[in-house]
Formats: sequence, structure tokens, C-alpha cells
Amino acid sequence: MSLDSILLLRFEWIITLIIFILLVLKLSDADNKVGALMKAINVLLFVNFAAGLLPIGEGSLFNGFFKTSELIVLEKNILNLGVLLISLASFTWLTNHKHRIEFYILMLSSMLGVYVMLSSGHLLMLYLGLEMSTIPVAALANFNKTEKRSSEAGVKFILSSTFSTGIMLFGISLLYGAVGNLSFESIIANLHPDALTLFAFAFILGGFGFKMSMVPFHLWTADVYEGSPVGVTNYLSVISKGSVIFIFITVLYTVFGGMKDAWLLAVGVLAVLSMTIGNLFALRQDNIKRLLAFSSISQVGFVLVGIAGAAKVGVTAVVYFVLIYMLSNIAAFGVAGAIADTTGKESLNKAYKGLYKSNPFYALILALALFSLAGVPPTAGFFGKLFLLTSGMGTAMYVVLGIAGINLVISLYNYLRVVKYMFIDEAEEVLPVVDKNKALTTALIVCIIGLLVIGFVTPIYQYIDSISFGM
Amino acid sequence: MSSYDLSSILIVLLPIVSFVTLSVFGKRIKPSISGVLGTMSLAITLVLALYVAYGYFFDFGMQAGAHVKHIALQFQWLKFNENLSIDLGIVLDPISVMMLVVITAVSTMVHLYSINYMHGEERFTMYYAYLSLFTFSMLGLVVAVNIFQMYIFWELVGVSSFLLIGYYYTKPSAIAAAKKAFIVTRFADLGFLIGILMLSYGAKTLDFFTLIERLTQPNSVYLASFAGSSFLGLSALSWALLLVFTGGAGKSAMFPLHIWLPDAMEGPTPVSALIHAATMVVAGVFLVGRLFPIFAISAPDALHIVGYIGGFTALFAAIIACTQTDIKRVLAYSTISQIAFMMFALGVSGWGEESEGFTASMFHLFTHAFFKALLFLGAGAVIHAVHSNEMEDMGGLRKALPITHITFLLACLAIAGVPPFAGFFSKEAILSAAFHGNSLIFYVGLFTSCLTAFYMFRLYFRIFWYNPVKEDHHNHEGHTWPMNIALIILAFGAVFAGLIPFGHFVSADGKPIELPFHLTFSIAPVLLGIAGILLAYVMYGEKNEMPDKLTASISGLYRAAYRKFYIDEVYLFVTKKVLFNLVGRPAAWFDRNVVDGMINGYASITTMSSESIKPMQSGRLQSYTMFFLGGVLLVAALLVIKFM
Repeated sequence: MSLDSILLLRFEWIITLIIFILLVLKLSDADNKVGALMKAINVLLFVNFAAGLLPIGEGSLFNGFFKTSELIVLEKNILNLGVLLISLASFTWLTNHKHRIEFYILMLSSMLGVYVMLSSGHLLMLYLGLEMSTIPVAALANFNKTEKRSSEAGVKFILSSTFSTGIMLFGISLLYGAVGNLSFESIIANLHPDALTLFAFAFILGGFGFKMSMVPFHLWTADVYEGSPVGVTNYLSVISKGSVIFIFITVLYTVFGGMKDAWLLAVGVLAVLSMTIGNLFALRQDNIKRLLAFSSISQVGFVLVGIAGAAKVGVTAVVYFVLIYMLSNIAAFGVAGAIADTTGKESLNKAYKGLYKSNPFYALILALALFSLAGVPPTAGFFGKLFLLTSGMGTAMYVVLGIAGINLVISLYNYLRVVKYMFIDEAEEVLPVVDKNKALTTALIVCIIGLLVIGFVTPIYQYIDSISFGM
Repeated sequence: MSSYDLSSILIVLLPIVSFVTLSVFGKRIKPSISGVLGTMSLAITLVLALYVAYGYFFDFGMQAGAHVKHIALQFQWLKFNENLSIDLGIVLDPISVMMLVVITAVSTMVHLYSINYMHGEERFTMYYAYLSLFTFSMLGLVVAVNIFQMYIFWELVGVSSFLLIGYYYTKPSAIAAAKKAFIVTRFADLGFLIGILMLSYGAKTLDFFTLIERLTQPNSVYLASFAGSSFLGLSALSWALLLVFTGGAGKSAMFPLHIWLPDAMEGPTPVSALIHAATMVVAGVFLVGRLFPIFAISAPDALHIVGYIGGFTALFAAIIACTQTDIKRVLAYSTISQIAFMMFALGVSGWGEESEGFTASMFHLFTHAFFKALLFLGAGAVIHAVHSNEMEDMGGLRKALPITHITFLLACLAIAGVPPFAGFFSKEAILSAAFHGNSLIFYVGLFTSCLTAFYMFRLYFRIFWYNPVKEDHHNHEGHTWPMNIALIILAFGAVFAGLIPFGHFVSADGKPIELPFHLTFSIAPVLLGIAGILLAYVMYGEKNEMPDKLTASISGLYRAAYRKFYIDEVYLFVTKKVLFNLVGRPAAWFDRNVVDGMINGYASITTMSSESIKPMQSGRLQSYTMFFLGGVLLVAALLVIKFM
């Protein structure tokens, strides 16, 4: 193995190294010094993020099974930042949890899977990466082991995930039957839209749809998000979902780009279903995590609108949007976690009414994050949505765009409802002042600065655009 | 950079500086100082705006016999791709310069007036901060070089007006009104945004002037492809413009998106004068005016729709105004009606020779700003004195509030179109344009202007006459000189603004035109206006104390009293039976139930459908997988359909 190949695999090496360090720490009873341990882990994650920013070459390894490009590196960097922020945001919860090292080991194993998946040049590799990123999360979902609903979340996640894996594998084998090889290049070269390929595609799409929680593959989402610990929900909604969105658009545009005419309609219909049903369910939720679960479903619908644009600008818009969506969600879940840690409540009615009076800092952060999710200018979320919709104009599916417009209004109601609870309504019982800790505050402030700045700093969008690939 | 350019930049920047200063140091500044500070900074912008207007109209604006646009500042802000970028900047052209003057003038008066009116309010400094924010947003909107810049400021205007309407945030009705205004206009803005996206997609630019050029040149490729594709009988271009107009209709309270404006009267009265009379609500008119060449040259069908909506709204709102008893609501409906005048003036206008409607519309926008702001501020002074919005509690106030009385009367004469006050000239121009453009709209406009005179003087008489003068009312105006000064200055505008030869300055293509003025044409509208005033006088000049007089009438006074009674009966029949029950009630009912109901309907449909899909999320894993499989089959079916 030459030096080049080691360098190309830098992201994977570093994360593996951190996993091993953590294993050793676990063996050496580092758990006794919680404060120092947490600091050390967060420093490691920061190093991981910072190292990702160093320049890295492009190329492929292992007969094209593994490849990397500037866009893939950017995607990994975005997710690295996400993991760091999630770790900071979950600081209190992890400090009080006995198995914090295991938590990080599982989360980073899942990250390793994500990297493999993003860099895959072969469907088999993609499949392995996808599974590797999923299975540890099932264990994480069950991480509050004494809580029944956490166990329920874990079981539900692993069972439905297995089901979706089966479906996807079935699709992959059908595709193998049709094409005879599973590397991306040969699929591109030999793909013909015949009945077998179409069915193979439908099954594979189902598998992706599950991970991205598109409607109607989304039903696990709310139950699992609600049952899992907040930090895990945050990971699920941001890293798991974001990474699959990244690889989905790559696969759709390059591997299945040849049958664009066939999938456009399907993507459009799934977009409409996801936006509408996600929003309609969000209307009636009282649990903040369930609300955010359905919100994330409808956000995926908007991503699909952008994907339906089927052009280079689609990739740019989607990557840009995922970055913004990630910051908004981490901020929202960060606040939800802090409140749940102190009050033990997740109900909007009980824990969020009059929040502004008792905890103005958290109320303001959550409000900004929700405004960004709703796409209200001048937050970055507005620009994210704007570019997605502009991209969607590309294929002139005006009905889908119109429905997206209506959904923007409904989603505005969904998010403003929470804002109203926090700022206008009176609390039924006086809420305790949620304690602040530096880690969480740092994460929240980074998110908020991002949300306020990203929309106005053109170079970010231009940079993504310059490294995006066309169709 | 010339001194004019520098001044125009300062005009936009000063209010935002004042906003930041007031909101950051708000708690450390004494209320009395923050009021003076806000007013001073606005007064400076007013002087600068007048300076820029002078420079534009008399110095550098005119080239080759026409007023041309002048870009004072422009820089690229966001870049989409090679040919689509969002610029920020300041453009000076006849309508933007006019708007600069109107906004800064009215805003300065409102700032000045509020020193008294809002005195002692708890968040006095924040009030001034919000006012400055609003003024900044509005100024940024009118000088926009780029349709997207306009949209951004458009939203900012919405936010700041939300803050101002909801200023009394402990009052549930104020919160509800602020929410209603925000949501209704947001809904309309969505149409605007989609319209912008369509326009930018069709013309491959967001810059106003490139956009206008590309969509009006007869041999433009963009125009050919954009106007070529049609949907439901209208071209894609017309649809795009109508969607943009939806945004304008939301802000300008055109039927059926007007429902927020009457409720928005929950805000402080000076805010109503600024936002709901002179500035924000005319943003829609300004928007159509800005895109007017495209409307007039390339999509006259869309312009006609604008005209009909304007005509209908003018009449509809005027009828409702006749039945209201809350004086601010009368003014709100009157505003809707007057803005609709501006809108239909644009709608009946054409391009080139027939573009006098454009000038007339802008002229009315200009004059209306003065007299309507004056009316609101006058109403504010009345409310300040009697602590009520209801006509019931007023009457006979002419001795208690002499300055308010005189200025209010002048404003009423102006809005009723009595010569030689400001409203007369602009309304004549609008009616004349309608006469040449569309006779149906002309007759609607004529009738509405008669109604206008009636309901305005009904308001005037009910406030200042009607009841006998109350002697116990001490003079309220002795210690409110900032309010009085604001009223007097605006009254000057209401009286003299019409004498400006407006056509020389503002016209659709920049070339000075002469607004037609025919004595014979003016006879009908003026007579109808005076008839409206007389009718109002007969009905409301004095309170009819029928029961008392009946008992006293056994003597010789009987006959006279009877006659009065008789007239009153006629009036009662005309207003109560005919106007109120037959027209006003149904109109108000329609407004309350059908128009509001439609909006509520959407909400309940959404809730209902949310309820009906509930079983999907059962919590049972088996059924989840069933849905999953169903989804896969659905995708497969879609693929196969598309494939075949």
C-alpha cells in the first residue's frame, strides 16, 4: 500500500484511530475522570474536523471501489462539523451517562460507515457503508436502557431497517441480473430502462427512501425519534439523513442519470407526499421530538423538489441546503435536549409555554432555528429553500412547485406555533431556569452564527457550485 | 460619486443607524431623548430627500427631454450563476424619488407627532426603533434596483409592520391583528416569490431595468418564448405578472386580501398613519408601477385584471366605510378604497399616448399620502382627547380641538375632491384616465367618489358637530405642540400638493406630459362630491333628538320638528334600510363570512386532512412495513407509467 492510498483514506484512518483510542481509554478506566475525558473526546473530534480541512487529493482505490473528490471531501467535512456539534450539544446528557465512551465508539463507527458509503464507487461498497452506518445507530437508539420507549425505539429501528435492507438488497440483485456488474461505471455504461431495471430501481429507491424517511417509507421516523435519547435523535436526523441525501443524489444523477425521464415523476410524487404528509402530521404533535421528526420528513420533501431539478444546480442546492438544515436541526435539538435534561419534559404544552420568560437565551435560539427551518428570511434556511425551489424549476414541474409553495405556508404555521408557545403564551407552571454549560452554548452559538451568516456569504454557495457535478 | 448619490445613500442608511442606536442603547437613553433623536434623524433624511428630488428633477435627471433612471449605487450581493445575480443598490427615477419624498415626509411627521401621542408608553424607545426600522425597509424597497432586493425589503416591511401593529402586545386583539396582517401578507408574498422566480426564469435576470428591457422589446427572444407558452388562456408572462401582483394586492389590501387592514387598526394611531395610509399599503401600487412597462406593453390582459380588481375594491370598501362606527375603521376602509383608485388608474392605462393613468395613479398616491396621514393623525388627536374610537363618544369637539378640527376639515375636503384641494386634481386625473380607458370602471369610480365624500363627511360631522359643543372639555391642544405642528404641516400638503404640475415630473416613459384638465369634465364629479357632503350634513350635522322634540312639538315648533323627523326618516330609510341593510350588511357579511371564511376554510381543511391520515401512524411495525411495500409498488408503478 503506497503512501498515496493512505493519504486518500485520511478521513477513514483518523476516525478509526479515534475509535481505537476510545477503546483503550475504556479499558484503562478513564471513565473515572469524567470531566477530563469529555474534554479529551471533544478535542479529538475537533482535531478530526480540523484535519478534514487540510487539502487532500482526488483519486480512486481498490479498482474503483473507493473514490474521493472535492465534493465528497466537502460532504465529509460538513458531517464532521455536525458530529462535533452534536457531541458538544449532548454534553450534559453524556456527562451523566455511564456508558459515554461506548456512545462515542458506536457513533464514530457509524460515521466510518458513512464515509465508506460516501466514497463508494461500487454498489456493494455503498451497501456495506450504508449498513455499517445504520446498525450502530440501532444500539444508540436503545441507549437509555432503563427506559421502555428507548428500547422500543431500538427494536423498531433495527426491525424496520432490516426490512428495508432486504428490499434494497433484492433491488441490487435484480440490477446485477440486468447489468452483470455492480461498479458504478459499468452500470452507467450498460443501463437500459427495461422492466427488470425499473423494478430494481424501485426497490433500491425504497431502501434509500427508508433512510431518508421519505413518505411512505417514513413511518418508523417519529417513533424512533421520540424514543431515542435527544443526542441520538439529533444524530439520526442530521448525520444519518444528511449523508444518505448526499449519496442518494450522487447515485441518482450519475448511476441512474440515464433513466432520468423514468424517475422524474416518481421523485416528484415522493416529494409531494413527503412535504404534505410530513407537514400534516406535524400539525398535531405535542412532543418536540415528534414535531421535529415530521418536520424533517417534510424537509426531505423539499430536498426532493430540488433533486427533481435534475441539473448541476440541483447538487449545489441540495448540499447547501443540507448544511443549513444540519445547523438548524442541531440548534433545535440542542435546546430540546437541554430542556429535557433539566425538566425531563418534551411536551410543547408543558415545557415550552412561556419559555421566553424563564429561559430567554434558549427560547431565542430555538426560535431562530425554527425560523430557519421554516425558511423565513433573512435566516439561511430561506436561501436554502430558495435555491432548492429554483433548482426545481429546471424540469418545469409546476404542480410540484405549487404544492411546495402551499407546504411552505403550512410549515410556517407548524414552526410558528412553537414560537407562539414560547413567546406569547403563559406557562402553566413556572419553568425552572435551565442551566447553561459552555459546550452546549458553544455549539448553539456556532449554529446560530452559521444560520445568520451562510445566506449572505456568497463564496460558500459559489464554492459548492464550483465543485458540483452535472448530470 | 456626486453629492446627490451620497445623499441618497445617507437617506437609506440614517434610519437603520437610528434603529440600531435606539435598540442597542434603548435602555440607557431617556425616552424624551430617544423621541427627539429619532425625529431629528428622520428630519435630516427628509431634507436630504428634498435635496435629491431637487437635484433629480431640476439638475441631472432630465436627458434628451425625458427623465431617465440614475443608478446611485449598485454592487453585486449574491451570485446564482453567470447570468443571474442579485444586486443591491439605489436607483433614482421619477417614482422612486417621489416615494423618497413621500416616505420621509410622512415618517418625519409621524415621528414628531408620536413624541406626544406615545408619551409615557412603557417601551417608548423601542417604538421609535421600530419606526426607524420600518422607514429603512420602506426606503430600501422603493430604491431597489433588483426585484429580489425589493422582495427582501418587502419582507422586512412586513416584519416591522408586524412589530408595530403588535406594539400593544399585552392586548390580545393587537396580537391577533398583527398575526393576521403578517400571515395574510405572507400568503400573498408567496405568490410574489413564485412570480419573481418565473420572471427570472423567463428573462434570465433579476435586475429591474434589464428585466423591463428584455420583456418589452418586440424582437426579444425572452419575450417570444415567455409570452408564447400559455396556460388557461393567459400567457406564462401574464401569470407571472399576476402572481407578482398578488404580492402587491396583499400589501395594498386589494379584495379579497384586504381583510387584515381594518384589524391592523389595533396598532398605535400614528403607526396607522405611517403604514396603513401613506407608505406600506401603497407598496403594491408602487410594485405595479415599477413593472408597468411590462404590464402595459407585453401583458395588457394582466393589467386589465388589475384594473377590474381595483375598481371592484374601490366600490366595495367605500360601501363598507359608510357603515362603520369606529373612526379608525372608517379611515381603514377609506384607505382601501383610495388605494384601489390608484390601482385601477394603472389598470385602465396603456402605453405611450394612453399612459396618463400611470401619472394619475402616482399623483393620487402622492396627494393621498398627505391627506390620509393627516386624517389618521387627526383621528389620533381625537382619540387622544376622548380615549375612545367610537363615534358614540364623540361629537361637538370643534371647540375642544380647534386645530385638529380645521386640519381634519381640510383633509376631508381634499379626499372628497373639492377644488382646489389636493385630492381634487389627482382624482380628476384618475377619472379622466378611466373615462378614456374603460367606461365601466369610470362609472364605478364616479359613484365611489360620491360615496367617499359622503362617508368622510359623515365622519367629520359625527366627530366635530352632531352633539352640542361640550363646554366641560378643556382645550387638549395647549400642551401638545409637536402633534399640532405635524398636523399643520401635513395640512399644507393636503391643500397645496395638488397644484404641482405632476405630469412634468412623473410619467410612464419619463417624457413630461400635461395632465388633461377640462372644466366641463370636472363638473359631474365635483357636483357628486358636494352632493355627498350635503347628504352627510343633513344627516349628521346635528343630532336628532326625536323623542324630546316630539313632546315639545305640541307648540308651533311641531311642524319644523316634524319636517326634520321626516328628513331623518328618509335618511334612516336610505342608510339603514337601503344602504346598510341591503348593501352594507351583505357586503360586510360577505366580507366576514365568505372572504374570511375562505381563509379559515383552508385552515380547517388542513386540520381535517391532518386528522384523517392519523391512523397511518399507528405505532405497529407490521403496518409500517405494509406501507413500505406499498410505497415500493407505487414507485414501480410510476416508473412503469413513465416508461410506457
